Amino acid sequence: MSDWPLWEVFVRTKGGLAHRHVGSVHAPDAELALRHARDTYTRRMEGVSLWVVRSADIVASDPDQAGELFEPAADKVYRHPTFYDIPDEVKHI
Amino acid sequence: MYTTDLTKQPGKPDNVKPIGPAEDSALVAAFEARVAADEFIEPKDWMPEAYRRTLVRQISQHAHSEIVGMLPEGNWITRAPSLRRKAILLAKVQDEAGHGLYLYCAAETLGTSREEMIEALHSGKAKYSTIFNYPTLTWADIAAIGWLVDGAAIMNQVPLQRTSYGPYARAMVRICKEESFHQRQGYEAMMELANGTPEQKRMAQDAFNRWWWPSLMMFGPPDENSPNTAQSLRWRIKRETNDELRQKFVDITVPQAEYLGLTVPDPDLKWNEDKGGYDFGEIDWDEFYAVVRGEGPVARERMTARREAWESNAWVREAAAAHEAKRRERVAA
Repeated sequence: MSDWPLWEVFVRTKGGLAHRHVGSVHAPDAELALRHARDTYTRRMEGVSLWVVRSADIVASDPDQAGELFEPAADKVYRHPTFYDIPDEVKHI
Repeated sequence: MYTTDLTKQPGKPDNVKPIGPAEDSALVAAFEARVAADEFIEPKDWMPEAYRRTLVRQISQHAHSEIVGMLPEGNWITRAPSLRRKAILLAKVQDEAGHGLYLYCAAETLGTSREEMIEALHSGKAKYSTIFNYPTLTWADIAAIGWLVDGAAIMNQVPLQRTSYGPYARAMVRICKEESFHQRQGYEAMMELANGTPEQKRMAQDAFNRWWWPSLMMFGPPDENSPNTAQSLRWRIKRETNDELRQKFVDITVPQAEYLGLTVPDPDLKWNEDKGGYDFGEIDWDEFYAVVRGEGPVARERMTARREAWESNAWVREAAAAHEAKRRERVAA
């Protein structure tokens, strides 16, 4: 029998925080994926909520294209607040 | 639990070859620069084939060790001396399973399947830590394993949290957090025996005598016979050499044994003021290599138990798969 499909596991540590990727599990279906995720990644109260997503359904950017993809931000320093010189006397800006 | 990178023959590189001319030297140079700058390498990044192979071998050996490590301890769950100890041991064994799973997942990101790895373990092709091929004869062995084997594991694993391969490093962070409980419960169990009746104390000393040397062997062959070490250090797959880690372990563990009132089974053990550490006796490397080759006292029993568990529980995996197939049919209908 070949491997069950792979699922990526995301845990919300506590209310107010986003779900964060923690690892993956193999499972035949979503229900078992959740159970496996619970046993594998939350044995010590690491979370209050779990997401599982079929790994095959995740679309990722290509690391080889990272340069082209993210570079344009580097020459747009005016997007950052520190780009602007404001006199110290002017408060709360 | 932990395994170091095991090769079958001393002083001979396993299957790690230097980077061949087939690989683009500009890519290799860029890769090495990233690693040297302490950047993490992630699954889809370009990496030299030898880096990938070394990682797959090391991570899968590590995963197998966690899985096989459940066997000697699992044997004692029904015989734990109290409900408290039983609950603790159950939790520890469950952790080992979890550690195995984190690591298999990390290895899978390098393009090897879970099925291939399990198959390699069951066929005897893959190696796991030599330590698990020693028998657990008394309850004191379970205490000694927690204290020494998990202690050695921590020593090995802490630097691996900064290993260059991202998924491996992240798995190690989780594992290290949990491993500390393993060692502390072991030491506590050992304290109880060491402070117990003369018979319990004898049991503690006897277990210590049998586990001390195999624990030192867990750090792997001496540096001069560890052919892959230099390359692994350069690629930051490993962060410290076998002998450095072994020395640290001895220096930390000897005072712990003294506190328990136990005698380290090494007549050559002596504090060396100049180096600020202990000198210790020669390790029986013939025994180590024999165990690596599969001649450990209970190597066969371990693999038999492992295969039996896999096969006799196949129906669970089949039932789950059948359930999902049926559900899909219903949805389609």
